[in-house]
Amino acid sequence: MIINNRELDFTPGETVLQIARRAGIKIPHLCSLEWAPSPSASCRLCVVEVDGSPKLQTSCTLQATDGMVVRTHTPRVLKARRTIVELMVANHPQDCLGCHRAGSCELADLARELGVRSRQYVGMKKDQHLDISSPAIWRDPNKCVLCGRCVTMCHDIQGVGAIDFIGRGFRTQVGPGFYAGINVSGCTYCGQCARVCPTGALMEHMQVDDVVAALGDPDTVVVAQIAPAVPATLALERSKSPSVQVMLEHMSAALEHIGFAAVFDTAFCADVTIMEEASEFIQRLQGGGTLPMFTSCSPAWINYVELHRPDLIPHLSTCKSPQQMAGALIKEIYPKYAGLEGKRLVLVSIMPCTAKKYEAEDLGDVDHVLTTRELDTLWDRFGIDFKAFEERRPLDPPFAEATGAARLFASTGGVMEAAVRTAAVLAGAEEPAGPLTEARGLDGIKFFNVDVAGTTLNLAVVNGLGRLRPVLDESMSRLHFIEVMSCPGGCAGGGGQPYHGDIMDVRKRMDRIYQADAQAEVRSSHENKSVAALYEEYLGQPLSEVSHRLLHRHYTDRSATVRRGEDAVTSGVAAHAAAGSGSR
Amino acid sequence: MSAGILLEPCCSRCTHSPSRPCADLLACIQNGPLCHDDPDCRAAREARLEQVLRGGAGTVIFVGAATCGRANGALHVMDKIKSYLEARSLPASVVEVGCVGYCQREVFVDLQNGNGVRLSYCDLDPENVGEFLEAVFEKNDLRNRFLYGRYGEAAGFEDIPLVADTPFFARQTRVVLDNCGLIDPSSLDGALAAGGFAAAARALTSMTREEVCETVTASGLRGRGGAGFPTGQKWKVALNTPAAQKYLICNADEGDPGAFMDRAVLESDPFRVVEGMLIAAYAIGATKGYVYCRAEYPLAIVRLQEAITQCRTAGLLGGNILGSLTDFDIIIKQGAGAFVCGEETAILASIEGGRGMPRSRPPYPAVAGLHGMPTVLNNVETLANVPGILRNGPEWFRELGIGEAAGTKVFALSGRVQNTGLVEVPVGIPLREIVSTIGGGAPEGHRIKAVQIGGPSGGCIPEEFLDVPTDYGKLQELGAMMGSGGMVVMDERSCMVDVAKYFMEFIRNESCGKCAPCREGTTRMFEILTALTERTGGDEIRRLERFRGLLHLEELAQTIKDTSLCGLGQSAANPVLSTLRYFRDEYEAHVMEERCPAGVCQGLRTYAIDTSTCIGCMACKKVCPSGAIVGERKNAHYIIVDRCLGCGACVDACPKHSISLVA
Repeated sequence: MIINNRELDFTPGETVLQIARRAGIKIPHLCSLEWAPSPSASCRLCVVEVDGSPKLQTSCTLQATDGMVVRTHTPRVLKARRTIVELMVANHPQDCLGCHRAGSCELADLARELGVRSRQYVGMKKDQHLDISSPAIWRDPNKCVLCGRCVTMCHDIQGVGAIDFIGRGFRTQVGPGFYAGINVSGCTYCGQCARVCPTGALMEHMQVDDVVAALGDPDTVVVAQIAPAVPATLALERSKSPSVQVMLEHMSAALEHIGFAAVFDTAFCADVTIMEEASEFIQRLQGGGTLPMFTSCSPAWINYVELHRPDLIPHLSTCKSPQQMAGALIKEIYPKYAGLEGKRLVLVSIMPCTAKKYEAEDLGDVDHVLTTRELDTLWDRFGIDFKAFEERRPLDPPFAEATGAARLFASTGGVMEAAVRTAAVLAGAEEPAGPLTEARGLDGIKFFNVDVAGTTLNLAVVNGLGRLRPVLDESMSRLHFIEVMSCPGGCAGGGGQPYHGDIMDVRKRMDRIYQADAQAEVRSSHENKSVAALYEEYLGQPLSEVSHRLLHRHYTDRSATVRRGEDAVTSGVAAHAAAGSGSR
Repeated sequence: MSAGILLEPCCSRCTHSPSRPCADLLACIQNGPLCHDDPDCRAAREARLEQVLRGGAGTVIFVGAATCGRANGALHVMDKIKSYLEARSLPASVVEVGCVGYCQREVFVDLQNGNGVRLSYCDLDPENVGEFLEAVFEKNDLRNRFLYGRYGEAAGFEDIPLVADTPFFARQTRVVLDNCGLIDPSSLDGALAAGGFAAAARALTSMTREEVCETVTASGLRGRGGAGFPTGQKWKVALNTPAAQKYLICNADEGDPGAFMDRAVLESDPFRVVEGMLIAAYAIGATKGYVYCRAEYPLAIVRLQEAITQCRTAGLLGGNILGSLTDFDIIIKQGAGAFVCGEETAILASIEGGRGMPRSRPPYPAVAGLHGMPTVLNNVETLANVPGILRNGPEWFRELGIGEAAGTKVFALSGRVQNTGLVEVPVGIPLREIVSTIGGGAPEGHRIKAVQIGGPSGGCIPEEFLDVPTDYGKLQELGAMMGSGGMVVMDERSCMVDVAKYFMEFIRNESCGKCAPCREGTTRMFEILTALTERTGGDEIRRLERFRGLLHLEELAQTIKDTSLCGLGQSAANPVLSTLRYFRDEYEAHVMEERCPAGVCQGLRTYAIDTSTCIGCMACKKVCPSGAIVGERKNAHYIIVDRCLGCGACVDACPKHSISLVA
């Protein structure tokens, strides 16, 4: 086929948009989303001229055929695109200065690229409510351009369906049903919607200001914990792409500059998690407990169970997530360890995740959660040019040491791999040699068997909430242990990760994480000496009473919340009517 | 529910039963019994058929009580007739029928005496029905002032014109509407006696699926919903796409303002649609069918449901229909009132339980439609045409049309014409013939200015082009389209800017909100048009914006047309583009002179008081809501133009008729 007089090869089924992208031809688009089963073709920005067709065609739906001749930037196309962006701008707030997406806004980029310099149309504008009902995800429908990426993400990829288009025509908006708040919508706070939002319409509940305030308070000691996916992500933004451990040390140094008193590695608690979770699994397996057991590290998955499948609660491991284990241990041990009695200790988590914000509020111990994106804002606030920052500083004891197994938590399949290593030993068998390749990679769902001490364990790894169905529907009864990570790619592709990331970025982060495991001196959680010391001095042994108090949790059937959302129709509709259904 | 008397066995030897009709059911009804030979049974069956055809014994009164008739009081008329008959113990039966389509003269009541003479009366209403009954039953005056025409050979009434020869009907060719208003729409017997299901029986028992597709292709039938895609071709694509399950969907989500063809067919002759669906389903190999009908058509849904239930009871729907091993059943799915749900992919989404939003094509539904399976969507009128094609052959259908075009098209004629109603005419007939001959032209003293055809997706055709044939291609050349059949006639009292604004407001409200150009663009176009119909009050910025708006209007129209996702958006700008094309002078009068030549746009209306006749009574000053009238008692009054809202209250208040519109 020919695009802009260039002859290009293609594989059957490939769309013109994909071919053009490969060839370095940038066709603007807002609605198309990788991994989406079918393009929604709603933004209409990717239109192109095709010889022999009187109409403009959307390149995201147009499959290439032999001899097809396409022109992507003709005057007619440019005019159409520009008019569409003008229309979007006309119905968009003009408060770009105060928008958190200033600098990363795709609408602003489009306006600049297409030469939209002023508002061409004066008239009605959206006037819809800000939704700050949840501790994790905030919505500003006024900034929404209705590209539908979030809806595709929530329905087709994550399989949750908490938000959809509501209303009709000019009054269309994206949100939970019946104009209710997102806190009663069935939303798991996975944050994938916010990650793919091109504008400032969906965002995490930002806590940078809270952290800055705590840092400025002389009576407060602020400490941080860093989840393993964050350094793996930030490493890729540097030209030399240092290892996870080196990045952690850069981060530690930078955070100390800002005023953090100590920086801990959440991966340490991933090792603790494995000790507890593997022990729990062996106990269930040998003691006739409820099987299969699900992992419980991913808070959006916990929300999913509590909201949508409370019947699965007995199957959930009672272990807290590493963030919350770290929270409990730091709050319990660190003040005495560092002699901070009498001072206020504030713990800030730096996570690739938005659901962690809800989890922290739900379980306590962790005071503020910053996403990978918010961390950027924090650097900016304190004048740290992190990409050029070369100082290093070791992480702080007693939560500094982490094994290769713990690093794997950042990737889909990683918890399973780490658990298998330790569970085998706990069950009295040899530790498996080499990586557990069956658990690795980006497949939506992976089934495999592992032999442990003469028992064949049927295991499954679910990569994203949207791939749950095959596990829940058919094969659950024959499985022993199932890892679920809510986001595609696991924490590496988490909802708090940088905007614009496509699946190649996630893959690179995962490679970085596998590399960290391979390079680690100690690769199994039960061999972590600091963890062993912690058990010796404090916890006793896995599943002990102290462990249960600090490291395990209960679950609540919250399915009524979703139903209550539907009951809220009356009040919600009334409020909407009072607001004059969005017209000025 | 009873399947009716025609399906009852005639005696114990009869092997037919309503639940298990045999393959030659229809032959048996017409010429039966076939399974045994008995002159008595034959006579009994003939008598039954006769009775069904007549609608009852003795005197029968047919009341046209479809939705349009009901709006004119048909149910009250029927009640009054019934109580009149009851009070006098008159041996006459009353049958509720559908609509003949002549809305202007509703309510229609047909009277059939014991000799089978059927006369049609019109212009009845609940007030004058008493006079009518008195004339008929007490004075025996069948030639009273309500008489409209006769049906068939009416002995003794040969001087009365046939209904079909009256001006409204003479130029029509009724195929789809053939039975409408004549048969009882709630009776399968009625449909069977009128020849219903004969075509389906032939198709199912003696034709292959390919042959049925071929026949429909050869007939030249094109989709009557608006786009005009060849029906046979669509069927063939679905037939040739292998799949475990295929679906047929009848699109009865008729949403164009001023269009009510499908409603009339569903209310007056639902069995024809069911038969059409059965044939179509057989042709493509579908075993499940949906009728997607808007919930605003409650009577149509009731009629259709009755028809489906009776057909199931009679074995005309369900499993092994007429012994042909064909399975097919129909489910009615009610639409929740979104105009866009008439778009085929939006219907699919809606039936699947999703939000009724179109998706981009390809894949076309005939390849991957409902639940990803091959699905054929046909409009009500398209399907209602199918039985006739199968019964009379494709050549017959081709010849119905004029020139290249095939078949007939039903239009809903409304607006500024003398005769409004449903008209079925050969495709290709000049527009002028519909408007002037059938419609009777504009009301006395007025001139037709334009005809709006195709609803919100269509355009306005000016008077000088009315000789254009109603042909898919020709209408498109003029910036209009065949559409589903809405036809609104306008005379010089209509403002074309106002018409464009009306349709733009409709589209803006009905845009599903999915794609950006349609969602945002139609609102901006509506705002620009609204600004054109309001005075600026000398505000320079507003004047400038109006000028700029006019420039934007064409630009926006082009972009919306070029880039919208579905047909609704792609055609949304047509009303504006066509009025801009033919009536630019009116737009210019609105923009440059802030004047509405037709005096329709309230915001631009100006009134003046004739000071020579004003007596200074202050009546106008009192009613003026904006304080725009000044003047002392017993002295002439004046209107301050910039304050005037153009409401016209003063005109009505003036006892001397001194106030008039300034054009």
